[in-house]
Amino acid sequence: MSTLLELRGVEARYGPIKALHGVSLTVSEGEIVALLGANGAGKTTTLRAVSGTVRHSGGEVVFAGKQLVSGRPDAVARAGIAHVPEGRGLFAQLSVWENLRMGAYVRGERRTLRQEAPRVCQYFPWLERRRDQQAGTLSGGEQQMLALARALVGRPRLLMLDEPSLGLAPTIVQEIFRIVKQCNADDGLAVLVVEQNANVALDAAARAYVLEVGQVAIEGESAELRRHEGIRKSYLGY
Amino acid sequence: MPLPLAFIWSEFAQQVTGGLAAGAIYASLALALVLIYQTTNVVNFAQGEMATFTTYIAWTMMKHGVSYWPAFVLTLLIAFGGGVAVERVLIRPVEHRPEIVIVILTIGMLITINGLTGWIWGAEVKAFDSPFPNRSLVLGNVSISIQDIGTFGVCLGTVAVLWLFFRFTTLGLAMRSVAFNPDASRLMGVRVGWMLALGWGLAAALGSVAGMMAAPTVFLDPDMMLVVLIYAFAAAVLGGIDSPVGAVVGGLLLGVVINLLGSYVSFVGQELRLPTALAVLLLVLVIRPTGLFGRVVVQRV
Repeated sequence: MSTLLELRGVEARYGPIKALHGVSLTVSEGEIVALLGANGAGKTTTLRAVSGTVRHSGGEVVFAGKQLVSGRPDAVARAGIAHVPEGRGLFAQLSVWENLRMGAYVRGERRTLRQEAPRVCQYFPWLERRRDQQAGTLSGGEQQMLALARALVGRPRLLMLDEPSLGLAPTIVQEIFRIVKQCNADDGLAVLVVEQNANVALDAAARAYVLEVGQVAIEGESAELRRHEGIRKSYLGY
Repeated sequence: MPLPLAFIWSEFAQQVTGGLAAGAIYASLALALVLIYQTTNVVNFAQGEMATFTTYIAWTMMKHGVSYWPAFVLTLLIAFGGGVAVERVLIRPVEHRPEIVIVILTIGMLITINGLTGWIWGAEVKAFDSPFPNRSLVLGNVSISIQDIGTFGVCLGTVAVLWLFFRFTTLGLAMRSVAFNPDASRLMGVRVGWMLALGWGLAAALGSVAGMMAAPTVFLDPDMMLVVLIYAFAAAVLGGIDSPVGAVVGGLLLGVVINLLGSYVSFVGQELRLPTALAVLLLVLVIRPTGLFGRVVVQRV
Protein backbone atom coordinates (compact mmCIF):
# COMPACT_ATOMS: atom_id res chain seq x y z
CA MET A 1 0.00 0.00 0.00
CA SER A 2 1.33 3.42 -0.84
CA THR A 3 1.76 6.09 1.75
CA LEU A 4 -1.02 8.68 1.86
CA LEU A 5 0.06 10.83 4.78
CA GLU A 6 3.52 11.19 6.18
CA LEU A 7 4.70 13.33 9.08
CA ARG A 8 8.45 13.81 9.28
CA GLY A 9 9.76 15.22 12.53
CA VAL A 10 6.83 17.60 12.97
CA GLU A 11 7.22 20.16 15.72
CA ALA A 12 4.54 22.52 16.98
CA ARG A 13 4.24 24.99 19.78
CA TYR A 14 1.60 27.04 21.58
CA GLY A 15 3.41 30.28 22.27
CA PRO A 16 6.53 29.38 24.25
CA ILE A 17 5.33 25.86 25.05
CA LYS A 18 6.46 23.16 22.70
CA ALA A 19 3.72 20.58 22.21
CA LEU A 20 5.27 18.35 19.54
CA HIS A 21 8.95 17.43 19.64
CA GLY A 22 9.32 15.87 16.22
CA VAL A 23 6.47 13.49 15.49
CA SER A 24 6.97 11.07 12.60
CA LEU A 25 4.23 8.74 11.43
CA THR A 26 2.59 7.46 8.27
CA VAL A 27 -0.89 6.50 7.18
CA SER A 28 -1.22 4.36 4.05
CA GLU A 29 -4.05 4.43 1.54
CA GLY A 30 -7.06 2.59 2.90
CA GLU A 31 -5.59 2.15 6.36
CA ILE A 32 -7.03 2.90 9.78
CA VAL A 33 -4.38 4.16 12.19
CA ALA A 34 -4.91 4.98 15.85
CA LEU A 35 -3.05 7.62 17.79
CA LEU A 36 -2.97 6.82 21.50
CA GLY A 37 -1.49 8.51 24.50
CA ALA A 38 -2.18 10.22 27.79
CA ASN A 39 -3.68 13.68 28.15
CA GLY A 40 -1.28 16.30 26.94
CA ALA A 41 0.85 13.85 24.97
CA GLY A 42 0.19 15.81 21.79
CA LYS A 43 -2.44 13.67 20.05
CA THR A 44 -4.80 16.54 19.29
CA THR A 45 -1.93 18.83 18.33
CA THR A 46 -0.69 16.22 15.85
CA LEU A 47 -4.06 16.24 14.07
CA ARG A 48 -4.14 20.03 14.20
CA ALA A 49 -0.67 20.26 12.71
CA VAL A 50 -1.89 18.14 9.80
CA SER A 51 -5.09 20.10 9.23
CA GLY A 52 -3.23 23.37 9.61
CA THR A 53 -5.23 24.71 12.55
CA VAL A 54 -1.87 24.82 14.33
CA ARG A 55 1.23 25.84 12.42
CA HIS A 56 4.06 23.39 12.59
CA SER A 57 7.28 25.08 13.52
CA GLY A 58 9.47 22.28 12.21
CA GLY A 59 9.39 19.15 10.10
CA GLU A 60 7.04 18.53 7.24
CA VAL A 61 3.63 17.06 6.49
CA VAL A 62 3.32 15.30 3.15
CA PHE A 63 -0.09 14.28 1.84
CA ALA A 64 -0.54 12.33 -1.38
CA GLY A 65 2.98 13.26 -2.43
CA LYS A 66 2.56 16.99 -1.82
CA GLN A 67 3.80 19.02 1.08
CA LEU A 68 0.94 20.64 3.00
CA VAL A 69 1.18 24.34 3.69
CA SER A 70 1.27 25.10 7.40
CA GLY A 71 -1.55 27.20 8.79
CA ARG A 72 -3.99 26.93 5.87
CA PRO A 73 -6.82 24.63 7.05
CA ASP A 74 -8.99 25.57 4.07
CA ALA A 75 -6.31 24.43 1.61
CA VAL A 76 -5.76 21.21 3.55
CA ALA A 77 -9.49 20.50 3.45
CA ARG A 78 -9.53 21.04 -0.31
CA ALA A 79 -6.58 18.66 -0.64
CA GLY A 80 -8.87 15.91 0.68
CA ILE A 81 -8.40 15.74 4.43
CA ALA A 82 -11.48 15.95 6.65
CA HIS A 83 -10.75 16.82 10.26
CA VAL A 84 -13.48 16.27 12.84
CA PRO A 85 -11.94 18.32 15.64
CA GLU A 86 -12.20 18.19 19.39
CA GLY A 87 -15.69 19.44 20.25
CA ARG A 88 -16.86 18.38 16.76
CA GLY A 89 -16.94 21.85 15.19
CA LEU A 90 -20.58 21.72 14.19
CA PHE A 91 -22.52 24.84 13.24
CA ALA A 92 -24.92 24.70 16.17
CA GLN A 93 -27.21 27.42 14.80
CA LEU A 94 -27.51 25.84 11.36
CA SER A 95 -29.80 22.94 10.56
CA VAL A 96 -28.69 19.34 10.20
CA TRP A 97 -28.94 19.62 6.43
CA GLU A 98 -27.10 22.92 6.25
CA ASN A 99 -24.27 21.28 8.18
CA LEU A 100 -24.17 18.52 5.58
CA ARG A 101 -24.17 21.15 2.82
CA MET A 102 -21.11 22.71 4.46
CA GLY A 103 -19.45 19.30 4.39
CA ALA A 104 -20.02 19.18 0.64
CA TYR A 105 -18.72 22.76 0.16
CA VAL A 106 -15.15 21.60 -0.25
CA ARG A 107 -15.92 19.89 -3.58
CA GLY A 108 -18.65 22.17 -4.88
CA GLU A 109 -21.67 22.11 -2.64
CA ARG A 110 -24.65 21.33 -4.87
CA ARG A 111 -23.24 18.60 -7.09
CA THR A 112 -21.35 16.93 -4.24
CA LEU A 113 -24.37 16.92 -1.95
CA ARG A 114 -26.55 15.42 -4.69
CA GLN A 115 -24.00 12.69 -5.31
CA GLU A 116 -22.85 11.94 -1.78
CA ALA A 117 -25.82 12.58 0.51
CA PRO A 118 -27.65 9.34 -0.44
CA ARG A 119 -24.52 7.31 0.25
CA VAL A 120 -23.90 8.98 3.62
CA CYS A 121 -27.55 8.76 4.62
CA GLN A 122 -27.35 4.98 4.27
CA TYR A 123 -25.09 5.01 7.30
CA PHE A 124 -27.23 7.57 9.15
CA PRO A 125 -30.86 7.10 8.07
CA TRP A 126 -32.14 9.54 10.70
CA LEU A 127 -30.35 12.49 9.06
CA GLU A 128 -32.94 12.87 6.34
CA ARG A 129 -35.87 12.66 8.72
CA ARG A 130 -34.42 15.42 10.90
CA ARG A 131 -32.82 17.56 8.24
CA ASP A 132 -34.41 20.80 9.45
CA GLN A 133 -33.54 20.38 13.13
CA GLN A 134 -31.01 22.82 14.53
CA ALA A 135 -27.73 20.97 14.99
CA GLY A 136 -27.22 22.44 18.48
CA THR A 137 -30.37 20.71 19.72
CA LEU A 138 -29.14 17.20 18.84
CA SER A 139 -27.92 14.85 21.56
CA GLY A 140 -24.18 14.37 22.00
CA GLY A 141 -24.16 11.09 20.09
CA GLU A 142 -26.22 12.53 17.27
CA GLN A 143 -23.90 15.52 17.06
CA GLN A 144 -20.89 13.23 16.78
CA MET A 145 -22.66 11.29 14.03
CA LEU A 146 -23.58 14.48 12.19
CA ALA A 147 -19.97 15.64 12.42
CA LEU A 148 -18.89 12.30 10.97
CA ALA A 149 -21.55 12.43 8.26
CA ARG A 150 -20.57 15.99 7.37
CA ALA A 151 -16.94 14.89 7.00
CA LEU A 152 -17.93 11.92 4.82
CA VAL A 153 -20.12 14.00 2.48
CA GLY A 154 -17.01 15.79 1.24
CA ARG A 155 -15.62 12.39 0.20
CA PRO A 156 -12.21 12.89 1.80
CA ARG A 157 -9.22 10.66 1.10
CA LEU A 158 -8.21 10.87 4.75
CA LEU A 159 -10.53 11.23 7.73
CA MET A 160 -9.08 12.50 11.01
CA LEU A 161 -11.22 11.95 14.10
CA ASP A 162 -10.35 13.55 17.43
CA GLU A 163 -11.71 11.47 20.31
CA PRO A 164 -15.03 10.48 18.76
CA SER A 165 -15.89 8.51 21.89
CA LEU A 166 -15.58 11.44 24.30
CA GLY A 167 -18.60 11.67 26.60
CA LEU A 168 -20.67 9.15 24.66
CA ALA A 169 -22.40 5.95 25.74
CA PRO A 170 -20.57 2.70 24.82
CA THR A 171 -23.24 1.58 22.34
CA ILE A 172 -22.97 4.86 20.46
CA VAL A 173 -19.19 4.64 20.44
CA GLN A 174 -19.45 1.16 18.94
CA GLU A 175 -21.91 2.43 16.35
CA ILE A 176 -19.56 5.23 15.33
CA PHE A 177 -16.58 2.93 14.97
CA ARG A 178 -18.72 0.40 13.09
CA ILE A 179 -19.58 3.09 10.54
CA VAL A 180 -15.97 4.24 10.27
CA LYS A 181 -14.86 0.64 9.61
CA GLN A 182 -17.68 0.23 7.11
CA CYS A 183 -16.57 3.32 5.16
CA ASN A 184 -13.02 2.06 5.26
CA ALA A 185 -14.13 -1.31 3.86
CA ASP A 186 -16.54 0.16 1.28
CA ASP A 187 -14.49 3.01 -0.14
CA GLY A 188 -10.97 2.43 1.12
CA LEU A 189 -11.20 5.58 3.26
CA ALA A 190 -8.00 6.12 5.22
CA VAL A 191 -8.55 7.11 8.87
CA LEU A 192 -6.32 8.59 11.53
CA VAL A 193 -8.12 8.45 14.85
CA VAL A 194 -7.10 9.92 18.18
CA GLU A 195 -8.55 8.06 21.13
CA GLN A 196 -8.35 7.86 24.90
CA ASN A 197 -10.35 4.67 24.67
CA ALA A 198 -7.51 2.45 23.44
CA ASN A 199 -9.63 -0.72 23.44
CA VAL A 200 -12.08 0.62 20.90
CA ALA A 201 -9.36 2.24 18.83
CA LEU A 202 -7.17 -0.87 18.63
CA ASP A 203 -10.22 -2.91 17.59
CA ALA A 204 -10.76 -0.65 14.60
CA ALA A 205 -7.18 0.19 13.66
CA ALA A 206 -4.65 -1.96 11.87
CA ARG A 207 -1.76 -0.04 13.39
CA ALA A 208 -1.28 2.44 16.18
CA TYR A 209 1.19 4.99 17.49
CA VAL A 210 1.56 5.84 21.14
CA LEU A 211 2.58 9.42 21.85
CA GLU A 212 4.42 10.44 24.99
CA VAL A 213 5.38 14.05 25.66
CA GLY A 214 5.08 15.13 22.07
CA GLN A 215 6.94 12.23 20.50
CA VAL A 216 6.12 8.78 19.17
CA ALA A 217 7.15 6.37 21.95
CA ILE A 218 5.82 3.10 20.59
CA GLU A 219 4.42 2.03 17.26
CA GLY A 220 3.19 -1.23 15.84
CA GLU A 221 0.35 -3.42 14.66
CA SER A 222 -2.71 -3.32 16.88
CA ALA A 223 -2.49 -6.99 17.86
CA GLU A 224 1.15 -6.58 18.76
CA LEU A 225 0.45 -3.47 20.84
CA ARG A 226 -2.32 -5.27 22.71
CA ARG A 227 0.31 -7.73 23.95
CA HIS A 228 2.73 -4.95 24.93
CA GLU A 229 2.85 -4.91 28.69
CA GLY A 230 3.33 -1.16 29.12
CA ILE A 231 0.41 -0.41 26.86
CA ARG A 232 -1.81 -2.96 28.55
CA LYS A 233 -1.16 -1.42 31.93
CA SER A 234 -1.26 2.21 30.91
CA TYR A 235 -3.96 2.34 28.29
CA LEU A 236 -5.99 -0.86 28.24
CA GLY A 237 -6.42 -1.36 31.94
CA TYR A 238 -5.71 -5.07 32.32
CA MET B 1 -68.77 66.47 7.25
CA PRO B 2 -65.88 64.06 7.97
CA LEU B 3 -65.94 62.51 11.37
CA PRO B 4 -63.17 63.71 13.68
CA LEU B 5 -62.28 60.09 14.36
CA ALA B 6 -61.81 59.38 10.68
CA PHE B 7 -59.61 62.44 10.35
CA ILE B 8 -57.38 61.24 13.18
CA TRP B 9 -57.21 57.79 11.68
CA SER B 10 -55.98 59.07 8.34
CA GLU B 11 -53.42 61.28 10.05
CA PHE B 12 -52.26 58.28 12.04
CA ALA B 13 -52.00 56.12 8.91
CA GLN B 14 -49.92 58.77 7.17
CA GLN B 15 -47.56 59.03 10.12
CA VAL B 16 -47.19 55.25 10.17
CA THR B 17 -46.40 55.00 6.45
CA GLY B 18 -43.96 57.91 6.70
CA GLY B 19 -42.37 56.14 9.66
CA LEU B 20 -42.13 52.88 7.72
CA ALA B 21 -40.33 54.63 4.86
CA ALA B 22 -37.82 56.26 7.21
CA GLY B 23 -37.64 53.01 9.17
CA ALA B 24 -36.78 51.04 6.03
CA ILE B 25 -33.76 53.30 5.54
CA TYR B 26 -32.70 52.78 9.17
CA ALA B 27 -33.30 49.06 8.72
CA SER B 28 -31.02 48.87 5.67
CA LEU B 29 -28.19 50.67 7.38
CA ALA B 30 -28.76 48.71 10.61
CA LEU B 31 -28.59 45.48 8.64
CA ALA B 32 -25.34 46.65 7.08
CA LEU B 33 -23.97 47.19 10.61
CA VAL B 34 -25.15 43.73 11.67
CA LEU B 35 -23.60 42.04 8.61
CA ILE B 36 -20.22 43.37 9.61
CA TYR B 37 -20.75 42.88 13.32
CA GLN B 38 -21.54 39.20 12.81
CA THR B 39 -18.24 38.44 11.10
CA THR B 40 -15.81 41.11 12.26
CA ASN B 41 -17.33 41.56 15.75
CA VAL B 42 -17.15 45.32 15.64
CA VAL B 43 -19.57 48.10 14.84
CA ASN B 44 -18.42 49.83 11.67
CA PHE B 45 -18.64 53.50 12.57
CA ALA B 46 -17.78 54.44 8.98
CA GLN B 47 -20.87 52.68 7.57
CA GLY B 48 -22.78 55.95 7.22
CA GLU B 49 -19.88 57.81 5.61
CA MET B 50 -19.27 54.97 3.17
CA ALA B 51 -22.95 55.27 2.22
CA THR B 52 -22.68 59.06 1.79
CA PHE B 53 -19.58 58.72 -0.37
CA THR B 54 -21.27 56.24 -2.70
CA THR B 55 -24.39 58.43 -2.87
CA TYR B 56 -22.17 61.25 -4.14
CA ILE B 57 -20.85 58.86 -6.79
CA ALA B 58 -24.45 58.22 -7.87
CA TRP B 59 -25.07 61.99 -7.89
CA THR B 60 -21.99 62.54 -10.11
CA MET B 61 -23.12 59.88 -12.55
CA MET B 62 -26.58 61.40 -12.80
CA LYS B 63 -25.09 64.85 -13.24
CA HIS B 64 -23.21 63.48 -16.23
CA GLY B 65 -26.40 62.23 -17.79
CA VAL B 66 -26.67 58.65 -16.55
CA SER B 67 -30.32 58.00 -15.78
CA TYR B 68 -31.44 57.00 -12.31
CA TRP B 69 -31.66 53.21 -12.29
CA PRO B 70 -28.45 52.50 -14.23
CA ALA B 71 -26.68 54.91 -11.88
CA PHE B 72 -28.31 53.13 -8.93
CA VAL B 73 -27.09 49.70 -10.04
CA LEU B 74 -23.60 50.97 -10.92
CA THR B 75 -23.37 52.61 -7.51
CA LEU B 76 -24.26 49.33 -5.81
CA LEU B 77 -21.46 47.59 -7.72
CA ILE B 78 -18.96 50.33 -6.94
CA ALA B 79 -19.99 50.29 -3.27
CA PHE B 80 -19.61 46.51 -3.19
CA GLY B 81 -16.12 46.72 -4.67
CA GLY B 82 -15.22 49.52 -2.29
CA GLY B 83 -16.42 47.53 0.72
CA VAL B 84 -14.38 44.50 -0.33
CA ALA B 85 -11.33 46.72 -0.86
CA VAL B 86 -11.72 48.37 2.56
CA GLU B 87 -11.78 44.97 4.25
CA ARG B 88 -8.81 43.61 2.29
CA VAL B 89 -6.63 46.70 2.60
CA LEU B 90 -7.57 48.29 5.94
CA ILE B 91 -9.28 45.74 8.15
CA ARG B 92 -7.33 42.62 7.25
CA PRO B 93 -3.99 43.80 8.68
CA VAL B 94 -5.63 44.41 12.07
CA GLU B 95 -8.01 41.42 11.93
CA HIS B 96 -6.42 39.58 14.84
CA ARG B 97 -5.79 42.65 16.97
CA PRO B 98 -8.09 43.53 19.89
CA GLU B 99 -11.52 44.73 18.80
CA ILE B 100 -10.87 48.23 20.08
CA VAL B 101 -8.16 48.60 17.44
CA ILE B 102 -10.65 47.86 14.67
CA VAL B 103 -13.22 50.18 16.24
CA ILE B 104 -10.73 53.02 16.30
CA LEU B 105 -9.81 52.24 12.71
CA THR B 106 -13.47 52.54 11.63
CA ILE B 107 -13.74 55.84 13.50
CA GLY B 108 -10.66 57.00 11.61
CA MET B 109 -12.34 55.92 8.39
CA LEU B 110 -15.46 57.89 9.36
CA ILE B 111 -13.44 61.08 9.69
CA THR B 112 -11.29 60.42 6.62
CA ILE B 113 -14.16 59.55 4.29
CA ASN B 114 -16.18 62.50 5.59
CA GLY B 115 -13.27 64.85 4.87
CA LEU B 116 -12.63 63.25 1.49
CA THR B 117 -16.29 63.69 0.52
CA GLY B 118 -16.21 67.38 1.43
CA TRP B 119 -12.89 67.83 -0.37
CA ILE B 120 -14.11 66.21 -3.60
CA TRP B 121 -17.68 67.50 -3.77
CA GLY B 122 -17.72 70.52 -1.46
CA ALA B 123 -19.73 71.04 1.69
CA GLU B 124 -22.75 72.78 0.18
CA VAL B 125 -26.05 70.93 0.24
CA LYS B 126 -27.09 69.36 -3.07
CA ALA B 127 -30.46 68.18 -4.30
CA PHE B 128 -30.64 64.49 -5.10
CA ASP B 129 -33.21 63.15 -7.54
CA SER B 130 -35.79 60.66 -6.46
CA PRO B 131 -36.84 57.96 -8.89
CA PHE B 132 -40.39 58.21 -7.60
CA PRO B 133 -43.04 60.78 -8.57
CA ASN B 134 -43.73 63.49 -6.04
CA ARG B 135 -47.40 62.60 -5.76
CA SER B 136 -49.60 60.84 -3.28
CA LEU B 137 -51.71 57.77 -3.51
CA VAL B 138 -55.12 58.43 -2.03
CA LEU B 139 -56.87 55.48 -0.45
CA GLY B 140 -60.18 56.57 1.06
CA ASN B 141 -59.16 59.57 3.11
CA VAL B 142 -55.61 58.38 3.69
CA SER B 143 -53.04 59.82 1.35
CA ILE B 144 -49.71 58.04 1.16
CA SER B 145 -46.76 59.60 -0.60
CA ILE B 146 -45.49 57.50 -3.49
CA GLN B 147 -42.00 58.54 -2.43
CA ASP B 148 -42.55 56.73 0.87
CA ILE B 149 -43.92 53.62 -0.79
CA GLY B 150 -40.99 53.52 -3.22
CA THR B 151 -38.38 54.04 -0.50
CA PHE B 152 -39.94 51.29 1.59
CA GLY B 153 -40.14 48.98 -1.42
CA VAL B 154 -36.55 49.50 -2.58
CA CYS B 155 -35.05 49.10 0.91
CA LEU B 156 -37.08 46.07 1.86
CA GLY B 157 -36.65 44.61 -1.63
CA THR B 158 -32.89 44.80 -1.19
CA VAL B 159 -33.18 43.18 2.22
CA ALA B 160 -35.33 40.40 0.72
CA VAL B 161 -32.78 39.75 -2.04
CA LEU B 162 -30.06 39.52 0.60
CA TRP B 163 -32.18 37.13 2.64
CA LEU B 164 -32.66 34.87 -0.41
CA PHE B 165 -28.93 35.01 -1.05
CA PHE B 166 -28.06 33.94 2.49
CA ARG B 167 -30.78 31.33 2.65
CA PHE B 168 -30.42 29.58 -0.68
CA THR B 169 -26.99 30.03 -2.19
CA THR B 170 -23.81 28.14 -1.39
CA LEU B 171 -21.91 31.36 -0.92
CA GLY B 172 -24.61 32.69 1.41
CA LEU B 173 -24.46 29.52 3.49
CA ALA B 174 -20.67 29.72 3.65
CA MET B 175 -20.90 33.33 4.83
CA ARG B 176 -23.37 32.38 7.55
CA SER B 177 -21.16 29.50 8.64
CA VAL B 178 -18.24 31.91 8.95
CA ALA B 179 -20.36 34.19 11.13
CA PHE B 180 -21.23 31.31 13.45
CA ASN B 181 -17.93 29.44 13.56
CA PRO B 182 -14.97 30.64 11.50
CA ASP B 183 -12.64 27.88 12.70
CA ALA B 184 -15.02 25.12 11.70
CA SER B 185 -15.65 26.89 8.39
CA ARG B 186 -11.95 26.78 7.59
CA LEU B 187 -11.98 23.02 8.17
CA MET B 188 -14.81 22.83 5.61
CA GLY B 189 -12.53 24.41 3.02
CA VAL B 190 -14.01 27.92 3.24
CA ARG B 191 -11.66 30.82 2.49
CA VAL B 192 -12.74 32.75 5.57
CA GLY B 193 -10.87 35.95 4.72
CA TRP B 194 -12.70 36.34 1.45
CA MET B 195 -16.04 35.70 3.12
CA LEU B 196 -15.31 38.59 5.50
CA ALA B 197 -14.45 40.81 2.54
CA LEU B 198 -17.67 39.76 0.82
CA GLY B 199 -19.58 40.68 3.97
CA TRP B 200 -18.04 44.16 3.93
CA GLY B 201 -18.91 44.46 0.24
CA LEU B 202 -22.54 43.52 0.79
CA ALA B 203 -22.78 45.85 3.79
CA ALA B 204 -21.37 48.73 1.73
CA ALA B 205 -23.82 48.04 -1.10
CA LEU B 206 -26.71 47.91 1.36
CA GLY B 207 -25.53 51.15 2.92
CA SER B 208 -25.46 52.82 -0.48
CA VAL B 209 -29.10 51.85 -0.99
CA ALA B 210 -29.90 53.53 2.31
CA GLY B 211 -27.90 56.59 1.23
CA MET B 212 -29.59 56.93 -2.14
CA MET B 213 -33.02 56.47 -0.60
CA ALA B 214 -32.35 58.98 2.19
CA ALA B 215 -30.76 61.66 -0.02
CA PRO B 216 -33.93 63.00 -1.74
CA THR B 217 -35.49 63.88 1.64
CA VAL B 218 -32.52 64.82 3.80
CA PHE B 219 -30.58 66.32 0.84
CA LEU B 220 -27.04 65.45 -0.08
CA ASP B 221 -24.25 66.80 2.07
CA PRO B 222 -21.15 65.21 3.59
CA ASP B 223 -22.85 64.82 6.99
CA MET B 224 -26.10 63.49 5.62
CA MET B 225 -25.83 59.99 7.11
CA LEU B 226 -24.55 60.93 10.58
CA VAL B 227 -28.03 61.16 12.02
CA VAL B 228 -29.26 58.17 10.02
CA LEU B 229 -26.33 56.16 11.41
CA ILE B 230 -27.39 56.97 14.96
CA TYR B 231 -30.91 55.80 14.19
CA ALA B 232 -29.43 52.69 12.61
CA PHE B 233 -27.34 52.04 15.74
CA ALA B 234 -30.45 52.38 17.87
CA ALA B 235 -32.34 50.07 15.51
CA ALA B 236 -29.59 47.44 15.50
CA VAL B 237 -29.31 47.51 19.30
CA LEU B 238 -33.09 47.39 19.63
CA GLY B 239 -33.31 44.33 17.42
CA GLY B 240 -30.17 42.71 18.79
CA ILE B 241 -26.84 43.64 17.27
CA ASP B 242 -26.17 40.09 16.06
CA SER B 243 -29.61 39.50 14.54
CA PRO B 244 -30.34 40.41 10.90
CA VAL B 245 -34.08 39.99 11.45
CA GLY B 246 -33.78 42.12 14.55
CA ALA B 247 -32.05 44.90 12.62
CA VAL B 248 -34.87 45.08 10.09
CA VAL B 249 -37.68 44.86 12.63
CA GLY B 250 -35.82 47.29 14.91
CA GLY B 251 -35.38 49.78 12.07
CA LEU B 252 -39.04 49.72 11.03
CA LEU B 253 -40.23 49.86 14.64
CA LEU B 254 -37.96 52.77 15.43
CA GLY B 255 -39.04 54.68 12.30
CA VAL B 256 -42.71 54.32 13.15
CA VAL B 257 -42.39 54.97 16.88
CA ILE B 258 -40.25 58.09 16.39
CA ASN B 259 -42.67 59.44 13.81
CA LEU B 260 -45.67 58.82 16.05
CA LEU B 261 -43.99 60.28 19.12
CA GLY B 262 -42.98 63.33 17.10
CA SER B 263 -46.53 63.93 15.97
CA TYR B 264 -48.58 62.96 19.00
CA VAL B 265 -46.43 63.71 22.02
CA SER B 266 -46.22 67.46 22.05
CA PHE B 267 -42.93 67.82 23.93
CA VAL B 268 -41.08 65.47 21.53
CA GLY B 269 -41.92 67.41 18.37
CA GLN B 270 -39.24 67.64 15.71
CA GLU B 271 -36.37 68.57 17.98
CA LEU B 272 -36.44 65.64 20.38
CA ARG B 273 -36.63 62.85 17.80
CA LEU B 274 -32.94 62.07 17.86
CA PRO B 275 -32.64 62.19 21.65
CA THR B 276 -35.64 59.87 21.77
CA ALA B 277 -33.82 57.38 19.57
CA LEU B 278 -30.84 57.58 21.88
CA ALA B 279 -33.12 57.10 24.87
CA VAL B 280 -34.42 53.92 23.19
CA LEU B 281 -30.83 52.79 22.72
CA LEU B 282 -30.03 53.39 26.39
CA LEU B 283 -33.21 51.74 27.60
CA VAL B 284 -32.57 48.61 25.55
CA LEU B 285 -28.99 48.40 26.74
CA VAL B 286 -30.12 48.62 30.36
CA ILE B 287 -33.24 46.45 30.26
CA ARG B 288 -32.53 43.92 27.54
CA PRO B 289 -28.92 44.11 26.32
CA THR B 290 -29.42 41.34 23.77
CA GLY B 291 -32.23 43.26 22.08
CA LEU B 292 -35.51 41.83 20.82
CA PHE B 293 -33.99 39.06 18.70
CA GLY B 294 -30.40 38.80 19.91
CA ARG B 295 -29.00 35.69 21.45
CA VAL B 296 -27.36 35.54 24.81
CA VAL B 297 -23.69 34.82 24.39
CA VAL B 298 -22.67 32.10 26.79
CA GLN B 299 -19.01 32.24 27.52
CA ARG B 300 -17.24 29.16 28.77
CA VAL B 301 -14.83 29.85 31.56
